[in-house]
Amino acid sequence: MTTTIAATRSVTEIPTGRLGVWWVLVSEIVIFGGLIGAYVMHRIGHPEWAGQAIHTNIWAGGFNTFVLLTSSLSAVLAHQAAERGDGKRAARLLRLTAAGGAVFLTVKAFEWTAEITSGFTIGSNLFWSFYYTAAGLHALHVLAGMVILLFVAATAAKNLELHRVENIGIYWHFVDIVWIFLFPLLYIAK
Amino acid sequence: MSDHAPDATHASGVAKTYARRRWYRSRDAVTSHTPDATTHVPGFVKKYLWSTDHKTIGLQYMLTGMAMALIGAFAAYVFRMQAAFPGASVPLFGRVAAADYNYLVTMHGTIMIFWVAMPVLLGGFGNYLIPLMLGCDDMVFPRVNRLSYQVFFLSSVVLLASFFVPGGAFGGAWTAYPPLSANSAYSMTPFGSTLWLLAVALEFVAFLLIVIAAVLFMGSVGPLVAGAVMLLLDQVVGTGFYDPARGGDPVLWQHLFWFFGHPEVYVLLLPAMGVVAEVMVVFARKKLFAYRTIVYSAVATGIISFFVWAHHQFVAGIDPRMASLFSLTTLIISIPVAEMFFVYIATLYGGSIRLTTPMLWALAFVAEFLIGGVTGIFLGSAGSDIYFHDTYFVVAHFHYTFFPIAFIAGFAGITFWFPKMFGRMMNETWGKVHFWGTIIAFNICFIPLFITGTAGDHRRIFDYAMFAQLATPEMQSLRILATRALLVTLAFQVVFIANFVYSMFRGAIADANPWKANTLEWLAPSPPPHGNFATMPVVYRGPYEYCVPNRAEDYWPQHEPGGDIAELGAPGGRRPVQQGI
Repeated sequence: MTTTIAATRSVTEIPTGRLGVWWVLVSEIVIFGGLIGAYVMHRIGHPEWAGQAIHTNIWAGGFNTFVLLTSSLSAVLAHQAAERGDGKRAARLLRLTAAGGAVFLTVKAFEWTAEITSGFTIGSNLFWSFYYTAAGLHALHVLAGMVILLFVAATAAKNLELHRVENIGIYWHFVDIVWIFLFPLLYIAK
Repeated sequence: MSDHAPDATHASGVAKTYARRRWYRSRDAVTSHTPDATTHVPGFVKKYLWSTDHKTIGLQYMLTGMAMALIGAFAAYVFRMQAAFPGASVPLFGRVAAADYNYLVTMHGTIMIFWVAMPVLLGGFGNYLIPLMLGCDDMVFPRVNRLSYQVFFLSSVVLLASFFVPGGAFGGAWTAYPPLSANSAYSMTPFGSTLWLLAVALEFVAFLLIVIAAVLFMGSVGPLVAGAVMLLLDQVVGTGFYDPARGGDPVLWQHLFWFFGHPEVYVLLLPAMGVVAEVMVVFARKKLFAYRTIVYSAVATGIISFFVWAHHQFVAGIDPRMASLFSLTTLIISIPVAEMFFVYIATLYGGSIRLTTPMLWALAFVAEFLIGGVTGIFLGSAGSDIYFHDTYFVVAHFHYTFFPIAFIAGFAGITFWFPKMFGRMMNETWGKVHFWGTIIAFNICFIPLFITGTAGDHRRIFDYAMFAQLATPEMQSLRILATRALLVTLAFQVVFIANFVYSMFRGAIADANPWKANTLEWLAPSPPPHGNFATMPVVYRGPYEYCVPNRAEDYWPQHEPGGDIAELGAPGGRRPVQQGI
């Protein structure tokens, strides 16, 4: 199979794979931006939502914030290992990052179960609609990130396609940053 | 494209970058390219269903768009027959019930914007032409490009399937305002509305995947994707994002929709303007006047287009202070657009104009879009919009903008690049018959709608008999005139389809550069093989060097060596002085 030149040569000096990741991220920013913007506008118009927000579990959210941010550290270390050409170490660190995502989702599962059984469902109030929609969309991104992390780790372990380690890292940092916006907006703002 | 000189710091930076990236697999290194066609003949599946060739994908987008246009046109035919002859049985359809009318109007708008204008202009021309014009062998992400068409195709299937579900296709208008769209008790199309939303969402994903689809589209569509998620949850899960009874806000959807919807107008206008410019310079045999002005105007249009959306909500209960702000931005955006049109007219001035079919379409674009632009001023000003809102005046204005964008520029592009795409010429005589038939009938179709709209015709009325002041014989005769003109417009499309299909197989053989044009796509053979160019072309000058003094030929292809390169400042260079003809 022939490789097209346009697919590998980049006038911007940025490798095309990384350029693609940034392209995805910019389109993600406007998606989350629209959702968060809509939420903030509603929240300003509805100060009484504070009475609903008080029922969110700030400790679970805080713990998850800690786990997710820490998981990015191993993504950075994986990138460093890949730069040195140590694919095996990069793969181990990527799997560690994916494990961080798994912890995040597990905590979230218990948290949501508690909230839903207490009667705070997606349809019960507009605050909870935004809560489940925004955090749910974010959780889907965490899940997708974990799948890609494990996929990249599998090839990196064979010392192949090491440039992908950085690309998935960029995506994972983005998932972190979205959560940094969601956590205060959904949990802390009372 | 970087045009600054490679200074020392830059060079060392590059060297460092490459040193750091030695651990790349060798596969990622630049490999020499051999066109596939010479090495082996791919099978049907590989050639059409899984081809990563930008030209195959571009043509698939274009042909799918043209096929969808037939469905959109059929819907227009049925509901216009109902508007002109209410209650009569429409040939090929039968009696139109009120619910049928709703879904036909909705599907006409949805299909023509999302499944015709976008695939033809962005997916079709963009995909086919951009790598060729840049002298590349393909798009930057060929497999993503392929995936985008597949997702687009899937979205078309979902949309078409929605015609056949219980309750019929979505009937809440193409803008899908809640509560009509959020609550099936209002739209009466419980399955249709969800399938509609799913199809549109898939379609957006497809266009996000075509990386050529410009920053403008990407920047504007995101909030609507978020809005679509909320609407889907309203429909399926029972949330109340757009339900005022539960603290939601239906106007939120209008903001999210038009924050996308209005930049979208320019997402589609700018490629159409580009097609027209390319056609114009070739058939005026003259350099494009004020190239930089066009570039800056296009950028300005793109930026301002993000600040005009609320002119769709002047009567939706937004703050009146906001209304005057958005009136202002809306009037301001006409400045860069008008500037581009002045530049086009200046390009024609003093040119040696050849009235070929593509040129006729390009000239018609300027004339017809002008009417669309000028009537837009009435709607952009909050005061007059309060009267005109949701009347047929809006419908006529809209069609004077989008018919030029999607169809006039589309026909200009198809008739111009047809020899490149299929290696054969289209028939000029039948092309001109099609042109005059379409243009005259189009105007007779929509000018009456300006008049009925000004007289107060609301755009969503199924049968005017219910409104005594609108059901006058004079008004009805205008509606009948518009419908008859539509029938003529549609009839002339048969000429185009026949010409298109006949020329594809039996047209005169075209050489690589039948129009004697300068740009790089005319260097490649017609049709270009996979990989486009035998060797990567070298660009010696800008694309619009027509009628350069002291040259035997009146054109000077970009790839032809010669001339003082330093003076031209290649690549993409300009002459320091405007040479005129």
